[in-house]
Amino acid sequence: MEIKVLGSGCAKCKHLLQMVEYSVKELNLDAKVIYVTDMISISLSGIMNTPGLIVNGKIVSTGRVPRLEEIKELLIKAE
Amino acid sequence: MATFFSWLNDQLLRMVWLDNLVKWFFSDVIGIHSDTLLYSSLTFFFYDVIKIFILLSVLIYISSYIQSYFTVEKTRSILSKVKGIPANIVGSLLGTITPFCSCSSIPIFIGFTKAGLPIGVTFSFLISSPLVDLASVVLLASIFGWKIALLYVLVGIILAVIGGSLITLFKMEKYVESFVYQQINGSVEENGFLTKKDRRRYALEQLSDILKRVWKYVLIGVGIGALIHGYIPASFIETVLGENNPFSVIIATIVGVPMYADIFGTLPIAEALVLKGVGLGTVLSFMMAVTALSLPSLILLKKVVKTKLLVVFVSIVTVGIIIIGYLFNFITPLMGI
Repeated sequence: MEIKVLGSGCAKCKHLLQMVEYSVKELNLDAKVIYVTDMISISLSGIMNTPGLIVNGKIVSTGRVPRLEEIKELLIKAE
Repeated sequence: MATFFSWLNDQLLRMVWLDNLVKWFFSDVIGIHSDTLLYSSLTFFFYDVIKIFILLSVLIYISSYIQSYFTVEKTRSILSKVKGIPANIVGSLLGTITPFCSCSSIPIFIGFTKAGLPIGVTFSFLISSPLVDLASVVLLASIFGWKIALLYVLVGIILAVIGGSLITLFKMEKYVESFVYQQINGSVEENGFLTKKDRRRYALEQLSDILKRVWKYVLIGVGIGALIHGYIPASFIETVLGENNPFSVIIATIVGVPMYADIFGTLPIAEALVLKGVGLGTVLSFMMAVTALSLPSLILLKKVVKTKLLVVFVSIVTVGIIIIGYLFNFITPLMGI
């Protein structure tokens, strides 16, 4: 599966990226994690408020950092 | 009852106790004579820094908690149901409660435009968002009183409504970069369910995020304010920005436009200038120019709109701020403020 973390480099965005990478490892998922930092690409994917999280093309969270449990749930659901 | 409220206002908002504490500390504990310039600079600096950080922490927490109910996505869906000038009004009002930082102007611009909102409505939102928010209004009230703060909100919203409506009137859609109209790639799912605990956590995160972003502007702003307060002669400020100089508002606006600072950083400068006798309208123009327009945010916007639209946007807002400045300078003495 393909996971995109979108953020222009703010502290929250990096935090989300770390948590996603951690979850992927923890859950032993076969996933590619991409960190998108270009403002235009972020906008064009439909995110209006960073950090954003896109799993398999679906926007699952914007403007906040979900709890670790929530991230894991989202990833398991998308698997 | 009225005296109770004014007591509450003095202690909680203007923090008279803190002013007294700081003055007592520097005169009685440190032993600096209260007639000196050093004394007035130091007391101004410490009183303002402490007051602003206390108020900011409380206010950002409260407003972030409220904002967790008004996400940008919800704002967009509310706006898509309104048409015409009412849409500009709703856009300006939502701009005051939706979380915003100038870094998110591009995603919001693209997100709104793609959803089919008229760009005039988006601009109403983009003008009011940095200009008016809960924290800045309460801080403004703590320095200049509630009348001024509410007037500020009113003219800020009017500026956003008129600015956005003019952009609609001029039919500027063709000056938006064409890639903005490309098809959306991802589908928007619901943004999860937030419990009260999630919202509290969100508010705390916002608080630490915003404090990390603005603390340096506050310190610089209060520093400049303290210098003006203690060391810059009133006669000099009077000549450049005083009521007798007919160009004072224009000078204040033009100087403020390219500057990038948070409203929290400009407030202490405004406070010091008013104490030196500068007209309130002149000072408000400076503050509005600094917060509504800045070089970094214009450079960002340039990526999504063509130069012509950008020039129209900057001109409308600049002229609007200048008019507001002269209006305030004219009205406030009449109102006895």
